[in-house]
Amino acid sequence: MREALLWAVVLVAGVGTFAVRFSFLAVFERTGSVPPRLQQALRYVPPAVFAALVVPALVFGGEGSGTAAVTPLRIVAGAVAALVAWYTESVLWTICSGIVALVVLELLVGVV
Amino acid sequence: MDRRASVVAGIRDVAPFLLGIVPFGLVAGAAVVAAGLPPELAVGLSVLVFAGASQLAAIDLLGTGANAAVVVLTVLVINLRMMMYSASLAPYLDGLSLRERVPVAYLLTDQAFALSVTRFEADDVARPWYYLGVAASVWVVWQTCTVVGVVVGASVPESVPLEFAVPLTFLALLVPATKGRASGTAALVGGTVALVLATAPFNLGLVVGALAGVLAGVVAEHVVGTDPETRGEDRA
Repeated sequence: MREALLWAVVLVAGVGTFAVRFSFLAVFERTGSVPPRLQQALRYVPPAVFAALVVPALVFGGEGSGTAAVTPLRIVAGAVAALVAWYTESVLWTICSGIVALVVLELLVGVV
Repeated sequence: MDRRASVVAGIRDVAPFLLGIVPFGLVAGAAVVAAGLPPELAVGLSVLVFAGASQLAAIDLLGTGANAAVVVLTVLVINLRMMMYSASLAPYLDGLSLRERVPVAYLLTDQAFALSVTRFEADDVARPWYYLGVAASVWVVWQTCTVVGVVVGASVPESVPLEFAVPLTFLALLVPATKGRASGTAALVGGTVALVLATAPFNLGLVVGALAGVLAGVVAEHVVGTDPETRGEDRA
Protein backbone atom coordinates (compact mmCIF):
# COMPACT_ATOMS: atom_id res chain seq x y z
CA MET A 1 0.00 0.00 0.00
CA ARG A 2 1.36 3.44 -0.86
CA GLU A 3 2.20 5.66 2.09
CA ALA A 4 -0.42 8.30 1.29
CA LEU A 5 -3.09 5.60 1.25
CA LEU A 6 -1.83 4.22 4.58
CA TRP A 7 -2.32 7.63 6.16
CA ALA A 8 -5.73 8.05 4.58
CA VAL A 9 -6.80 4.72 6.11
CA VAL A 10 -5.54 5.81 9.54
CA LEU A 11 -7.33 9.15 9.23
CA VAL A 12 -10.67 7.67 8.17
CA ALA A 13 -10.43 4.96 10.86
CA GLY A 14 -9.72 7.70 13.41
CA VAL A 15 -12.66 9.86 12.36
CA GLY A 16 -14.95 6.81 12.34
CA THR A 17 -13.80 5.72 15.79
CA PHE A 18 -14.41 9.23 17.09
CA ALA A 19 -17.94 9.10 15.65
CA VAL A 20 -18.59 5.84 17.54
CA ARG A 21 -17.33 7.41 20.77
CA PHE A 22 -19.27 10.63 20.26
CA SER A 23 -22.50 8.91 19.17
CA PHE A 24 -24.66 8.88 22.28
CA LEU A 25 -22.75 11.65 24.01
CA ALA A 26 -23.88 13.86 21.13
CA VAL A 27 -27.50 12.78 20.75
CA PHE A 28 -28.40 11.77 24.31
CA GLU A 29 -30.79 14.70 24.97
CA ARG A 30 -32.81 13.80 21.89
CA THR A 31 -32.84 10.01 21.99
CA GLY A 32 -32.46 9.08 25.64
CA SER A 33 -30.45 5.94 26.33
CA VAL A 34 -29.47 3.08 24.02
CA PRO A 35 -32.23 0.81 22.77
CA PRO A 36 -32.05 -2.36 24.94
CA ARG A 37 -31.70 -4.58 21.86
CA LEU A 38 -28.59 -2.71 20.72
CA GLN A 39 -27.14 -2.67 24.21
CA GLN A 40 -27.61 -6.43 24.47
CA ALA A 41 -25.81 -7.01 21.16
CA LEU A 42 -22.94 -4.65 21.96
CA ARG A 43 -22.16 -6.68 25.07
CA TYR A 44 -21.00 -9.56 22.86
CA VAL A 45 -18.71 -7.47 20.66
CA PRO A 46 -15.55 -8.00 22.78
CA PRO A 47 -15.64 -11.83 23.04
CA ALA A 48 -16.72 -12.26 19.40
CA VAL A 49 -14.16 -9.82 17.99
CA PHE A 50 -11.23 -11.00 20.05
CA ALA A 51 -11.92 -14.67 19.24
CA ALA A 52 -12.21 -13.84 15.54
CA LEU A 53 -8.83 -12.13 15.75
CA VAL A 54 -7.04 -14.76 17.84
CA VAL A 55 -8.10 -18.11 16.39
CA PRO A 56 -7.03 -17.63 12.74
CA ALA A 57 -3.83 -15.87 13.87
CA LEU A 58 -2.80 -18.88 15.95
CA VAL A 59 -3.85 -21.56 13.46
CA PHE A 60 -2.56 -19.91 10.28
CA GLY A 61 0.16 -17.69 11.74
CA GLY A 62 -1.73 -14.53 10.87
CA GLU A 63 -1.11 -14.84 7.14
CA GLY A 64 -3.53 -12.85 5.04
CA SER A 65 -6.00 -13.93 2.37
CA GLY A 66 -5.17 -16.84 0.10
CA THR A 67 -2.26 -18.36 2.00
CA ALA A 68 -3.28 -20.82 4.68
CA ALA A 69 -0.56 -23.11 5.97
CA VAL A 70 -1.25 -24.43 9.45
CA THR A 71 1.31 -23.29 12.03
CA PRO A 72 1.30 -26.01 14.74
CA LEU A 73 3.97 -24.36 16.89
CA ARG A 74 1.89 -21.22 17.20
CA ILE A 75 -1.15 -23.25 18.21
CA VAL A 76 0.81 -24.91 21.03
CA ALA A 77 2.43 -21.63 22.14
CA GLY A 78 -1.01 -20.00 22.02
CA ALA A 79 -2.46 -22.75 24.22
CA VAL A 80 0.30 -22.16 26.78
CA ALA A 81 -0.41 -18.40 26.72
CA ALA A 82 -4.17 -19.03 27.04
CA LEU A 83 -3.60 -20.99 30.25
CA VAL A 84 -1.42 -18.18 31.59
CA ALA A 85 -4.08 -15.62 30.59
CA TRP A 86 -6.76 -17.65 32.38
CA TYR A 87 -4.87 -17.82 35.66
CA THR A 88 -3.10 -14.43 35.70
CA GLU A 89 -5.44 -12.21 33.60
CA SER A 90 -2.28 -10.22 32.87
CA VAL A 91 -1.44 -8.89 29.40
CA LEU A 92 2.25 -8.82 30.26
CA TRP A 93 2.51 -12.44 31.42
CA THR A 94 0.39 -13.66 28.53
CA ILE A 95 2.68 -12.01 25.96
CA CYS A 96 5.89 -13.13 27.70
CA SER A 97 4.80 -16.75 28.17
CA GLY A 98 3.56 -17.05 24.58
CA ILE A 99 6.72 -15.63 23.00
CA VAL A 100 9.01 -17.71 25.22
CA ALA A 101 6.97 -20.84 24.43
CA LEU A 102 7.22 -20.16 20.69
CA VAL A 103 10.98 -19.50 20.80
CA VAL A 104 11.58 -22.68 22.83
CA LEU A 105 9.39 -24.76 20.50
CA GLU A 106 11.19 -23.42 17.42
CA LEU A 107 14.55 -24.27 19.00
CA LEU A 108 13.39 -27.79 19.87
CA VAL A 109 12.08 -28.39 16.35
CA GLY A 110 15.34 -27.04 14.94
CA VAL A 111 17.33 -29.49 17.10
CA VAL A 112 15.18 -32.48 16.09
CA MET B 1 -14.82 17.84 45.95
CA ASP B 2 -13.25 20.74 44.02
CA ARG B 3 -11.84 20.51 40.49
CA ARG B 4 -8.25 19.97 41.45
CA ALA B 5 -9.05 17.28 44.00
CA SER B 6 -11.31 15.56 41.45
CA VAL B 7 -8.56 15.42 38.84
CA VAL B 8 -6.20 13.99 41.46
CA ALA B 9 -8.81 11.41 42.50
CA GLY B 10 -9.09 10.31 38.88
CA ILE B 11 -5.34 9.95 38.50
CA ARG B 12 -5.16 8.00 41.75
CA ASP B 13 -7.95 5.60 40.71
CA VAL B 14 -6.49 4.92 37.27
CA ALA B 15 -2.89 4.43 38.44
CA PRO B 16 -3.05 0.64 38.92
CA PHE B 17 -4.68 0.25 35.49
CA LEU B 18 -1.92 2.24 33.80
CA LEU B 19 0.50 -0.57 34.54
CA GLY B 20 -1.73 -2.93 32.56
CA ILE B 21 -1.71 -0.56 29.58
CA VAL B 22 2.08 -0.43 29.34
CA PRO B 23 2.77 -3.79 27.62
CA PHE B 24 -0.21 -3.26 25.30
CA GLY B 25 1.07 0.21 24.30
CA LEU B 26 4.56 -1.13 23.71
CA VAL B 27 3.14 -3.76 21.35
CA ALA B 28 1.13 -1.08 19.52
CA GLY B 29 4.43 0.63 18.76
CA ALA B 30 6.62 -2.42 18.17
CA ALA B 31 4.08 -4.18 15.93
CA VAL B 32 4.26 -1.34 13.39
CA VAL B 33 8.00 -1.86 13.08
CA ALA B 34 7.60 -5.67 12.99
CA ALA B 35 5.07 -5.33 10.16
CA GLY B 36 7.51 -3.26 8.11
CA LEU B 37 5.33 -0.15 8.16
CA PRO B 38 6.65 3.41 8.56
CA PRO B 39 7.31 4.04 12.30
CA GLU B 40 5.45 7.38 12.26
CA LEU B 41 2.31 5.41 11.46
CA ALA B 42 2.37 4.01 15.02
CA VAL B 43 2.10 7.52 16.44
CA GLY B 44 -0.55 8.42 13.85
CA LEU B 45 -2.66 5.45 14.91
CA SER B 46 -2.22 6.13 18.62
CA VAL B 47 -3.16 9.80 18.30
CA LEU B 48 -5.93 9.54 15.70
CA VAL B 49 -7.53 6.19 16.56
CA PHE B 50 -6.41 5.80 20.20
CA ALA B 51 -7.99 2.37 20.69
CA GLY B 52 -5.48 -0.41 21.24
CA ALA B 53 -7.16 -3.57 20.00
CA SER B 54 -8.30 -1.91 16.77
CA GLN B 55 -4.85 -0.42 16.23
CA LEU B 56 -3.23 -3.85 16.42
CA ALA B 57 -5.76 -5.33 14.01
CA ALA B 58 -5.19 -2.43 11.60
CA ILE B 59 -1.41 -2.87 11.78
CA ASP B 60 -1.78 -6.57 11.05
CA LEU B 61 -3.99 -5.95 8.03
CA LEU B 62 -1.96 -3.02 6.68
CA GLY B 63 1.21 -5.11 6.98
CA THR B 64 -0.28 -7.82 4.77
CA GLY B 65 -1.50 -5.26 2.23
CA ALA B 66 -5.20 -5.73 2.90
CA ASN B 67 -7.89 -3.70 1.14
CA ALA B 68 -8.17 -0.18 2.62
CA ALA B 69 -11.95 -0.32 3.12
CA VAL B 70 -11.62 -3.64 4.96
CA VAL B 71 -9.08 -2.14 7.35
CA VAL B 72 -11.43 0.74 8.20
CA LEU B 73 -14.41 -1.62 8.57
CA THR B 74 -12.42 -3.90 10.88
CA VAL B 75 -11.37 -0.98 13.10
CA LEU B 76 -14.96 0.21 13.38
CA VAL B 77 -16.35 -3.24 14.23
CA ILE B 78 -13.76 -3.66 16.98
CA ASN B 79 -14.58 -0.23 18.39
CA LEU B 80 -18.36 -0.60 18.26
CA ARG B 81 -18.45 -1.48 21.95
CA MET B 82 -17.58 2.12 22.75
CA MET B 83 -21.02 3.16 21.55
CA MET B 84 -22.28 1.43 24.69
CA TYR B 85 -19.81 3.39 26.82
CA SER B 86 -20.85 6.63 25.15
CA ALA B 87 -24.45 5.92 26.06
CA SER B 88 -23.68 4.93 29.67
CA LEU B 89 -21.61 8.05 30.23
CA ALA B 90 -23.94 10.59 28.60
CA PRO B 91 -26.54 10.92 31.40
CA TYR B 92 -23.82 11.73 33.94
CA LEU B 93 -22.33 14.51 31.81
CA ASP B 94 -25.52 16.23 30.67
CA GLY B 95 -24.27 19.50 32.19
CA LEU B 96 -21.62 19.77 29.47
CA SER B 97 -22.14 21.58 26.18
CA LEU B 98 -21.82 19.74 22.90
CA ARG B 99 -18.39 21.29 22.37
CA GLU B 100 -17.23 20.20 25.82
CA ARG B 101 -18.28 16.63 25.03
CA VAL B 102 -15.87 16.46 22.08
CA PRO B 103 -12.76 15.90 24.26
CA VAL B 104 -14.80 13.54 26.46
CA ALA B 105 -15.56 11.43 23.39
CA TYR B 106 -12.01 11.56 22.03
CA LEU B 107 -10.57 10.33 25.34
CA LEU B 108 -13.15 7.57 25.86
CA THR B 109 -11.55 4.18 26.59
CA ASP B 110 -12.49 0.99 28.40
CA GLN B 111 -10.75 2.26 31.53
CA ALA B 112 -12.17 5.79 31.42
CA PHE B 113 -15.66 4.37 31.03
CA ALA B 114 -15.43 1.70 33.73
CA LEU B 115 -13.82 3.87 36.41
CA SER B 116 -15.93 6.97 35.77
CA VAL B 117 -19.30 5.26 35.79
CA THR B 118 -18.37 3.50 39.03
CA ARG B 119 -17.22 6.70 40.71
CA PHE B 120 -20.09 8.82 39.37
CA GLU B 121 -22.51 6.50 41.19
CA ALA B 122 -20.92 7.57 44.48
CA ASP B 123 -21.44 11.21 43.37
CA ASP B 124 -18.53 12.63 45.39
CA VAL B 125 -16.44 14.21 42.59
CA ALA B 126 -16.65 17.04 40.05
CA ARG B 127 -17.49 14.61 37.22
CA PRO B 128 -15.83 16.17 34.16
CA TRP B 129 -12.64 16.80 36.12
CA TYR B 130 -12.50 13.31 37.56
CA TYR B 131 -13.03 11.96 34.03
CA LEU B 132 -10.20 14.17 32.79
CA GLY B 133 -7.86 12.82 35.47
CA VAL B 134 -8.59 9.23 34.45
CA ALA B 135 -8.83 9.60 30.68
CA ALA B 136 -5.91 11.99 30.12
CA SER B 137 -3.64 9.73 32.20
CA VAL B 138 -4.47 6.80 29.93
CA TRP B 139 -3.79 8.98 26.89
CA VAL B 140 -0.37 10.12 28.11
CA VAL B 141 0.74 6.59 29.04
CA TRP B 142 -0.56 5.21 25.74
CA GLN B 143 1.29 7.76 23.59
CA THR B 144 4.50 7.39 25.58
CA CYS B 145 4.43 3.59 25.36
CA THR B 146 3.75 3.70 21.62
CA VAL B 147 6.89 5.77 21.02
CA VAL B 148 8.97 3.59 23.34
CA GLY B 149 7.57 0.51 21.57
CA VAL B 150 8.67 1.83 18.17
CA VAL B 151 12.20 2.45 19.46
CA VAL B 152 12.47 -0.84 21.35
CA GLY B 153 10.80 -2.82 18.56
CA ALA B 154 13.40 -1.62 16.07
CA SER B 155 16.24 -3.01 18.20
CA VAL B 156 14.81 -6.44 19.07
CA PRO B 157 16.82 -9.25 17.38
CA GLU B 158 15.14 -10.98 14.42
CA SER B 159 15.08 -14.33 16.24
CA VAL B 160 12.43 -13.04 18.68
CA PRO B 161 9.01 -13.48 17.02
CA LEU B 162 7.79 -10.03 18.02
CA GLU B 163 4.81 -10.02 15.65
CA PHE B 164 3.46 -12.94 17.69
CA ALA B 165 2.83 -10.44 20.50
CA VAL B 166 -0.19 -9.14 18.57
CA PRO B 167 -2.36 -12.29 18.73
CA LEU B 168 -1.10 -12.85 22.28
CA THR B 169 -2.39 -9.43 23.32
CA PHE B 170 -5.79 -10.27 21.86
CA LEU B 171 -5.67 -13.57 23.70
CA ALA B 172 -5.07 -11.73 26.97
CA LEU B 173 -8.18 -9.64 26.25
CA LEU B 174 -10.25 -12.59 25.03
CA VAL B 175 -9.85 -14.92 27.99
CA PRO B 176 -11.41 -12.71 30.70
CA ALA B 177 -14.16 -11.65 28.25
CA THR B 178 -15.43 -15.23 27.85
CA LYS B 179 -16.16 -16.26 31.40
CA GLY B 180 -19.93 -16.48 30.98
CA ARG B 181 -21.86 -19.04 28.93
CA ALA B 182 -23.39 -16.57 26.47
CA SER B 183 -20.12 -14.69 25.96
CA GLY B 184 -18.32 -18.03 25.67
CA THR B 185 -20.70 -18.97 22.87
CA ALA B 186 -20.08 -15.61 21.16
CA ALA B 187 -16.34 -16.30 21.28
CA LEU B 188 -16.65 -19.89 20.08
CA VAL B 189 -18.80 -18.98 17.09
CA GLY B 190 -16.79 -15.84 16.30
CA GLY B 191 -13.51 -17.74 16.34
CA THR B 192 -14.81 -20.70 14.35
CA VAL B 193 -16.42 -18.62 11.61
CA ALA B 194 -13.30 -16.46 11.31
CA LEU B 195 -11.17 -19.60 11.06
CA VAL B 196 -13.34 -21.17 8.35
CA LEU B 197 -13.23 -17.89 6.41
CA ALA B 198 -9.52 -17.33 7.02
CA THR B 199 -8.78 -17.48 3.29
CA ALA B 200 -11.84 -15.47 2.27
CA PRO B 201 -11.10 -12.51 -0.01
CA PHE B 202 -10.43 -9.05 1.48
CA ASN B 203 -9.75 -10.49 4.97
CA LEU B 204 -13.49 -10.36 5.60
CA GLY B 205 -13.27 -13.42 7.87
CA LEU B 206 -12.77 -11.19 10.90
CA VAL B 207 -15.74 -8.92 10.29
CA VAL B 208 -18.11 -11.77 9.35
CA GLY B 209 -16.83 -13.89 12.24
CA ALA B 210 -17.30 -11.03 14.72
CA LEU B 211 -20.86 -10.34 13.56
CA ALA B 212 -21.72 -14.07 13.65
CA GLY B 213 -20.28 -14.23 17.17
CA VAL B 214 -22.37 -11.28 18.38
CA LEU B 215 -25.49 -12.88 16.90
CA ALA B 216 -24.63 -16.20 18.58
CA GLY B 217 -24.17 -14.41 21.92
CA VAL B 218 -27.60 -12.81 21.66
CA VAL B 219 -29.22 -16.13 20.73
CA ALA B 220 -27.36 -17.95 23.52
CA GLU B 221 -28.57 -15.36 26.00
CA HIS B 222 -32.16 -16.25 25.12
CA VAL B 223 -31.37 -19.91 25.80
CA VAL B 224 -29.13 -19.85 28.86
CA GLY B 225 -29.97 -16.43 30.29
CA THR B 226 -27.81 -13.35 30.91
CA ASP B 227 -24.21 -13.86 31.98
CA PRO B 228 -23.49 -12.85 35.55
CA GLU B 229 -21.87 -9.40 35.20
CA THR B 230 -19.65 -9.59 32.13
CA ARG B 231 -18.18 -6.17 31.70
CA GLY B 232 -15.72 -5.40 28.92
CA GLU B 233 -12.52 -5.88 30.87
CA ASP B 234 -10.12 -5.19 28.04
CA ARG B 235 -7.40 -2.67 28.51
CA ALA B 236 -7.50 -0.01 25.85
